[in-house]
Amino acid sequence: MTFEEIQQRLAAKFGERIGALAPANKDPFLVVAAGDLVEICRFAKEDAELAFDCLMNLSSVDWPKKNQIEVVYHLWSYSKRHAFVLKVLLDRAQPQVASIESVWKSADWLEREQFDLMGVQFEGHPDLRRIMMPDDWVGNPLRKDYAEQPQWHNITTTRDNSLEGYVRLDELKKKAAEAAAAAAPKKEVLQ
Amino acid sequence: MSKPLEIPTMDMENKEVLRRIEITGDMLLNMGPQHPSTHGVINFLVQTDGEVMKRAIPEVGYLHRSLEKIGERCTYNGYMPYTDRVDYIAAMFANQGWAMAVERLLGLQVPKRAEYCRVIACELNRISSHLISVGTMAMDVGAVTPFPYALREREFINDLLEELCGARLTYNYLRIGGVAFDLPSGYEDKVSTFLDHFEKILDEFNRLITYNEIFIKRLAHLAPIPAPMAIDYCLVGPNLRASGVNFDVRKALPYSVYPEFDFDVPLGKGEVGTPGDSWDRFWCRVEEMRQSCRILRQALAQMPKDPAIMGKVPRKIKVPEGTEAYSRIESARGDMQYYVVAGSGENAHRVKIRTGSFTAMGIIDALSRGLMIADLVALIASLDVVAPEIDR
Repeated sequence: MTFEEIQQRLAAKFGERIGALAPANKDPFLVVAAGDLVEICRFAKEDAELAFDCLMNLSSVDWPKKNQIEVVYHLWSYSKRHAFVLKVLLDRAQPQVASIESVWKSADWLEREQFDLMGVQFEGHPDLRRIMMPDDWVGNPLRKDYAEQPQWHNITTTRDNSLEGYVRLDELKKKAAEAAAAAAPKKEVLQ
Repeated sequence: MSKPLEIPTMDMENKEVLRRIEITGDMLLNMGPQHPSTHGVINFLVQTDGEVMKRAIPEVGYLHRSLEKIGERCTYNGYMPYTDRVDYIAAMFANQGWAMAVERLLGLQVPKRAEYCRVIACELNRISSHLISVGTMAMDVGAVTPFPYALREREFINDLLEELCGARLTYNYLRIGGVAFDLPSGYEDKVSTFLDHFEKILDEFNRLITYNEIFIKRLAHLAPIPAPMAIDYCLVGPNLRASGVNFDVRKALPYSVYPEFDFDVPLGKGEVGTPGDSWDRFWCRVEEMRQSCRILRQALAQMPKDPAIMGKVPRKIKVPEGTEAYSRIESARGDMQYYVVAGSGENAHRVKIRTGSFTAMGIIDALSRGLMIADLVALIASLDVVAPEIDR
């Protein structure tokens, strides 16, 4: 099925809650309300025609300008060989969306990753804890306004610039050549 | 007097992962992070009752180098060497995934000869990656002999790739819109000489270890993954195909010039045990090497004569902010996906790399229940996880 057919199939089931596909993009996507997400996902998985048996990717994008965090769900069907993209737009101050771990098991680790790096709260996730960073890390590194703490357990997070005080070799050569040119007697210009 | 050194401490009592386990008379073991069989720095928190595990919880993140954040800060071209570090055993695929994602952003056409160069480089890399995988897997379950055999063959490929791009591990060979260098003169002959030699070695390897009775007894029926479970946990690549799911990105969603080649997709059938067991995963990789040889032979024979290896790439790559591109390629560890959102300047706003090892680690907790500790080692090896690819 094409993206349009999948969108129509979803619209036939959920009516007005399904909007139009985002236009003018190479890969179109569908924006759904955070409250409808689990219901739509479960239908997409269980419906015989859609049969999205796999959540192949889950990511999130931070947009400080729009004050939004987008959570992006890439669905894939092994039996029908078609893909679809769902997006949920969340408030940047309090990004919260229901977990879809109960629908696809792969969401478990993928959601934990976004919780850790982007700070999205997935409600109903059975084991929501940091995955990449240590438990007591402060902040969510993939946020655009993330500022790193100067140290973590007395380990500094910054490093001296090892190149400081070094001079580039070509600059040295250039300076030497200039000095040599200045010292050398000027050639007489032939008439 | 200098100040005494402050030793960093971790609050072990309050570690979050410990709250997930109910310990009543069981033993709690830390397997890792520096354990020879974990193929990198991964920790497994193992709850055991004697030799039998009740649960093994993988703890990852020791190799997190924030590659996705780096991707937001450098230019599209400048990110290419970093992608090598996503998976250092099969770096060519990470290159290709990134190149294809940006080419989709720009709508670029890649010259045919460059595509052939990519296929040759990638398939060579696939063989070398699978050699590491099958070699270390045999070693992890106790057969040390096949490992040097595999590494010896890998050296030939390293030499070939070094001749092609100057590097033996982190290649940085692909460019957005093409490849960095054309094949050196006489390269076709060298590769086909290697293939003639290697195909015989594969048969020898099968006699030595794949169909070895002790090896089969060790791995058959071990930790089988049924197909629906593999799909649900989003296993990809040889791990998925070992469970009998016929899906190879090269066949199902053809990219590059793969439709021009004739090759098979080996599927696990439970030849010596249950479909989707550890032996099937091993066998799938061995067979994939044979298929890669077939692809390489065809690619060398059909190599186009037109010498162009770079497409028309703009000097400054600038894409309207918010444009998205998604690329899927068949890496040595399966379906590797890049999700790129363009930023306002010459760099990406967001890069997300979905790798096969990451999702493969997610299944270990569910599979480990009731296994022996020694079988956990075999399970990790059979899933062929590479630590930097999990953490990125």
